[in-house]
Amino acid sequence: MSNSSLSDAINNSEHRSFISRIASQQTFWVFVAALLACIALTLMTDTFATERNLFNVTRNFAFIGIVALGMTAVIASGGIDLSVGSTLVISAMTVSVTMASGMPFWAGCLLALGVSLVVGAVNGVLIAYAKMPSFVVTLGMLSIARSLAMVLSNNKMIYQFGPDHDFLLWLGGGSTFGLPHPLIILLILAAFTSFAFRWLRWGQHLFAIGGNEQAAVLTGIPVSRVKVSVYMFSALMAGIAGILEVGWLGGVTTNLGQSMELSVIAASVIGGANLAGGVGTAFGAVIGALLIEVIRNSLILLGISTFWQGTFVGSFIIIAVAFDRFRQARGYE
Amino acid sequence: MSVLELKNISKNYGAIQALNGVSLTVEPGEVVGLMGDNGAGKSTLVKVIAGNFAPSSGEVLISGQTVNFHKPLDAQRAGIEVVYQDLAICNNLSAASNVFLGREPTRQFGPFQIVDYKHMQNRAVELFARLKSETRPRDLVKRMSGGQRQAVAIARALLTDARIVLMDEPTAAISVRQVAEVLNLIRQLSEQGIAVVLISHRMPDVFEVADKVIVLRRGQLVASKNASDSSPEEVTGLITGAIEAA
Ligand SMILES: Nc1ncnc2c1ncn2[C@@H]1O[C@H](COP(=O)(O)OP(=O)(O)OP(=O)(O)O)[C@@H](O)[C@H]1O
Ligand SMILES: [Mg+2]
Repeated sequence: MSNSSLSDAINNSEHRSFISRIASQQTFWVFVAALLACIALTLMTDTFATERNLFNVTRNFAFIGIVALGMTAVIASGGIDLSVGSTLVISAMTVSVTMASGMPFWAGCLLALGVSLVVGAVNGVLIAYAKMPSFVVTLGMLSIARSLAMVLSNNKMIYQFGPDHDFLLWLGGGSTFGLPHPLIILLILAAFTSFAFRWLRWGQHLFAIGGNEQAAVLTGIPVSRVKVSVYMFSALMAGIAGILEVGWLGGVTTNLGQSMELSVIAASVIGGANLAGGVGTAFGAVIGALLIEVIRNSLILLGISTFWQGTFVGSFIIIAVAFDRFRQARGYE
Repeated sequence: MSVLELKNISKNYGAIQALNGVSLTVEPGEVVGLMGDNGAGKSTLVKVIAGNFAPSSGEVLISGQTVNFHKPLDAQRAGIEVVYQDLAICNNLSAASNVFLGREPTRQFGPFQIVDYKHMQNRAVELFARLKSETRPRDLVKRMSGGQRQAVAIARALLTDARIVLMDEPTAAISVRQVAEVLNLIRQLSEQGIAVVLISHRMPDVFEVADKVIVLRRGQLVASKNASDSSPEEVTGLITGAIEAA
């Protein structure tokens, strides 16, 4: 065989058709599940498909979704970030305290995002350079960041945000073209994250690290720097969600974002992120967050006690991971 | 001129003398089979050449120039590539991404430098064709055979225009058919003028591709001769010590 016909043959052997490729994507099936749940709820209740309820669902899932984007990056790089809920509250507190003291929104916003990035950098440096397990470092940070948020606010509720009060509430609670602002921001961030995963060297490198960290080191990828940036990215997403959530709630207390990490990890994992590292997509995280929120909402609408929520979210994580194991055992992957 | 020359290389780990006064030469395009019992010092020798650590004493010359490698990157820049079995491959990425890992070409896209997949794809097709390997650049490595994985690892060496490729046990954990594939890849490298140092415990593999065999025993070089002037029996004797030296 001549060289050119060999390379032609190689190029043309597109292994699987488009349809079968789509159908093998976990994201697709999770989307189908979410859709079926929505249809079922529309038929079973007359409260689900109301404009008001849908508005609530989309806005609620946006917060989880935004944080899940960062979590997906961390999981794809082979780590875990348990501190996202606490990062969210420290960001929310920072913006609130700053604005309540009479400063403008942009100052509070920059400070809050700066504080979040510092939290992420501390996580990242301890994990990448001190080589500590991400589980332990971020578990410690979960406690530290929330405690600092309490110190910062003296554990009081804040609901007056100074001169830019109305802007903050509009940003988090308002809508444009009928779409709640948190949802719009989620879609923009998801598109950007998706782009970065696929098209930036940063994305290639973080997936390489999650796939085989030793290989990444041997090929000269700046592994430690990439890792720090990944934890900073996760913290930044949590920080953004924190600011928006204050605006939506119109007030903030230090229990904001408590045990949020569970829903966020569930969203990422349901969306196809593999806890073993190396796999995950931005839109998977968004769809995962959507499914969780639809289920959560349905429990409320169907009159099932909210005490069951934890059971559902927890089971989801376990089922998604079990599903992964099952596919691996069958040699599907 | 020899592409690689070692003069009196010694290396000790504390009290353990892993290499003791090893001298050898490797010519361009030459395939050298490096053999010896467990603990004979083969991996240590490869690590010295690859810049993982400096020798305790002795000299390394590349194309007649003395070099002092402080880290693997130094050796890589001098044209030395190591094929680390499965160690340097990411199963979750495509073959092309693996070939370019850490050296992804980029192009400008608005304010961003984005990965140039098209260029990677085309270059990878070309490299696999040069290796006469049926490896598809777009396939995920985890779906590949052991031989194809080796092709991916070896294509990396071609990409950087390496002059010497070091392979530590590339045929240890793969099937007979795939061994043949790897041996073919080694022949292709040699045909392109690239020297290959092959460590293997499998005598038949070595004699099938090697121009020269080098035997280490307890850190000392006990033989360095043309493969055609030697035999598996002789090498076995040299490895175990039944034959003192040749
Ligand atoms: N990092 C190290 N620290 C201390 N001793 C070492 C180290 N690496 C190797 N050695 C010792 O140096 C000697 C040579 O080891 P080396 O790994 O080079 O052998 P080898 O020929 O590659 O063996 P094998 O066939 O088992 O791979 C052995 O006695 C080994 O125990
Ligand atoms: Mg060895």
